Amino acid sequence: MAKYVIVGASAAGIAAVGAIRKVDPDGAIMAITEEDCADYSRPMISDLVSGKADLSKMKCKTDEFWKENKAELRLGKKVVSLNLAEKVVNLEDGEKIVFEKLLLATGGKPFVPKMEGQEKDGVFTFTNIAEALRLAAKIDRIKAKSAVVIGAGLIGISVTEALMKRGLKVTVVELQEKILSLLLDAKASGIVEAVIRKAGVDFATGQSVQKIIGRPENDGAVGGVILTRGDLVLCDLVIVAIGVIPRTELVVGTNVKINRGIVVDNFMRTSEPDVYASGDVAETYDFILNQNRSLPLWPLAVLEGRVAGANMAGAKTSYEGGTNMSSLKYFGIPIVSIGLANPTEDPTLEIIVKQDLEHNVYKKLVLRNHVIVGMTLVNCIERAGILFNLMKDKVNVKKFKQDLLRDDFGWAVLPVTMQRKMGVVQ
Amino acid sequence: MKKIIAKQEACMGCGICEVHCTVAHSKSKDIVRAYNSEKPKPISRIRREVNKPVSFAIQCRHCEDAKCVSACLSGAMQKDQKTGEVTHNKEKCIGCWTCVMVCPFGALVMDKEGHVVAKCDLCQGLTEPACVANCPNQALVFKEVKS
Repeated sequence: MAKYVIVGASAAGIAAVGAIRKVDPDGAIMAITEEDCADYSRPMISDLVSGKADLSKMKCKTDEFWKENKAELRLGKKVVSLNLAEKVVNLEDGEKIVFEKLLLATGGKPFVPKMEGQEKDGVFTFTNIAEALRLAAKIDRIKAKSAVVIGAGLIGISVTEALMKRGLKVTVVELQEKILSLLLDAKASGIVEAVIRKAGVDFATGQSVQKIIGRPENDGAVGGVILTRGDLVLCDLVIVAIGVIPRTELVVGTNVKINRGIVVDNFMRTSEPDVYASGDVAETYDFILNQNRSLPLWPLAVLEGRVAGANMAGAKTSYEGGTNMSSLKYFGIPIVSIGLANPTEDPTLEIIVKQDLEHNVYKKLVLRNHVIVGMTLVNCIERAGILFNLMKDKVNVKKFKQDLLRDDFGWAVLPVTMQRKMGVVQ
Repeated sequence: MKKIIAKQEACMGCGICEVHCTVAHSKSKDIVRAYNSEKPKPISRIRREVNKPVSFAIQCRHCEDAKCVSACLSGAMQKDQKTGEVTHNKEKCIGCWTCVMVCPFGALVMDKEGHVVAKCDLCQGLTEPACVANCPNQALVFKEVKS
C-alpha cells in the first residue's frame, strides 16, 4: 500500500514524485514501471543508437532522486488491471497495491498499422530504451547496411539520423507528401528535406509500405519493402515510426472517461475521484486551439506531471496549457515549430514570412487579431523563446509586428513597458 | 539571490561585456588566445541587444520557475535549490535546443561548434561576474534581488 501510486516512471511520473514531495513531506509514494530502467530521457534513445550517449548520460535524475524524495521505485513490474472501486492496482505477479491517489502516467505506445510481413525478424518500433538497445544490437549482429524508416515525423527523423551516423543507408517512407508534416509547412519541409537528402538519406513521400519481404536465403528475416506504387526497396531493417497512441488499456472498462487519450481537467483529474492522468496518455489543454488534445511531448509531460502531483497531494495547482511545440536538432539544421505553424486556409489568420534560402533560413509567424498563434523558425532559432513567450502571454504585437522578423530581433525591439515588466532592464 | 541587472540608461552598447564573458569562459583566460587560437572557441553567454538609441545586455535570469529546467530533455539544466542558480551541465547537454525554444529572455546561447547550449553561470569562483566587473559605465550591477 502507498498513499500515492504512480503507474509509469518517465517524464510525467517522475515530475509528479517531486511535486508530491514538495506538498506532502511524508506520504508514501510508489512508482511502478514495467521497464527495467526509469528516469532516462526517452527522446535520447536516438543518441543511444547513434553512439552519442550511453545510459549514464541518458539518466535525467541523480541516483539519489528516489531516496531523497522517499519514493519507492518498482522496476520491471507490470500493472495489469485496476480495481478503482476498492482502490487497488493489480500487478502481473499477483501483488495488489492499495492506493489513496493514483496517477496514470503510462505514456504512449507505437502505432503499427497492419502490413504483410510485419512479423519478420528485423522489424522494430522506436519509443523506449529496450527497443533502442535491441535495434543497436541487431545492427551489430547482422552488420546491417540499410534500413527503411516508415514515418517522417519527429521519431522517424531522429532514428534516421542515428542510423545514418552508424553508417546505414536509410530510406524514409512517408504517407504525406512532405516530411515533418505535422510541424512544418511545404516551404520549411522542403528546406529540411533537401538538407537531409544531401546527407545521403532517400525519401519516398506520398507512399506507404504495402509489404515487408524476406531475404532470399531466409524468408523470416527482413530483406526489403514493397511500396504502395510497387517500388522495391531492399533493406536489412524496418523501423516503424509512424507515431504514438495513448496507452489507455488499463482504464478500458472502468469509468475513467477516454477520448483518444484519458480525459482530464486542468488539475489533471480524470472523471473518477482520486484518479489522475498526465503525460502522453492524457488529453491536456492546448492554449492555442483552446481545447484538450493528445500532445505527446516530453516537456509538456513534465509540466503536466507536476500539476498532477501537486493536486494529488492537496495543493490546488492549475495547468497553464501547452501546444504542439518542438525543437529539432537533427542533421545540423535547427528548427522550432510551435502552435498553428502550418494552418489551413483561414481568412482570420495573417501570415508574415522572411527567408534567406541561400542560408536555409526561414521564419514564419502566424497571427490572429495581432496575437502570435503559430511560428516556424528554420536555422535561426536562438530568440525563439522570446516569440514563444509573446505567444503564450497572448501579447498584442500590432505595433512591432514587422520587428519580430528582424535579423537582430530581441528584447531591445520590444516596448520598454514590457522590458520593465519582465525585469530585462531596471 | 544575487543577480546581474542591466541599467539601460547607462549602457552604451559597446559590447565589452561580451568580450570579458568570452575570456572568462575560455580555457586560457587570455583575451588574445581566447579570440584567436583557442579550440573549442569560447563564446559569450551575455548578449548585447541594440535598437538605437536603446541598448542593454541580457543573460540568464536564473528564474525561480525556470522554463528551461522543466523543458530540458536530458537533465542538463537544473535549478540549484540552495544557491538559486540555474546550472547547465555541458556533459549532459545534447543540444536539442528545447531550452532555447522556451526561454522567455532568449538568454541561452547556442554553441554550434560544440552542439551544446552555453549560459551565464554568474562566473562561479570570481567575486563578481566578469561582465559586471568590466563594464566601463556601470551599466551592469550585481545585486541581491527578490527572486
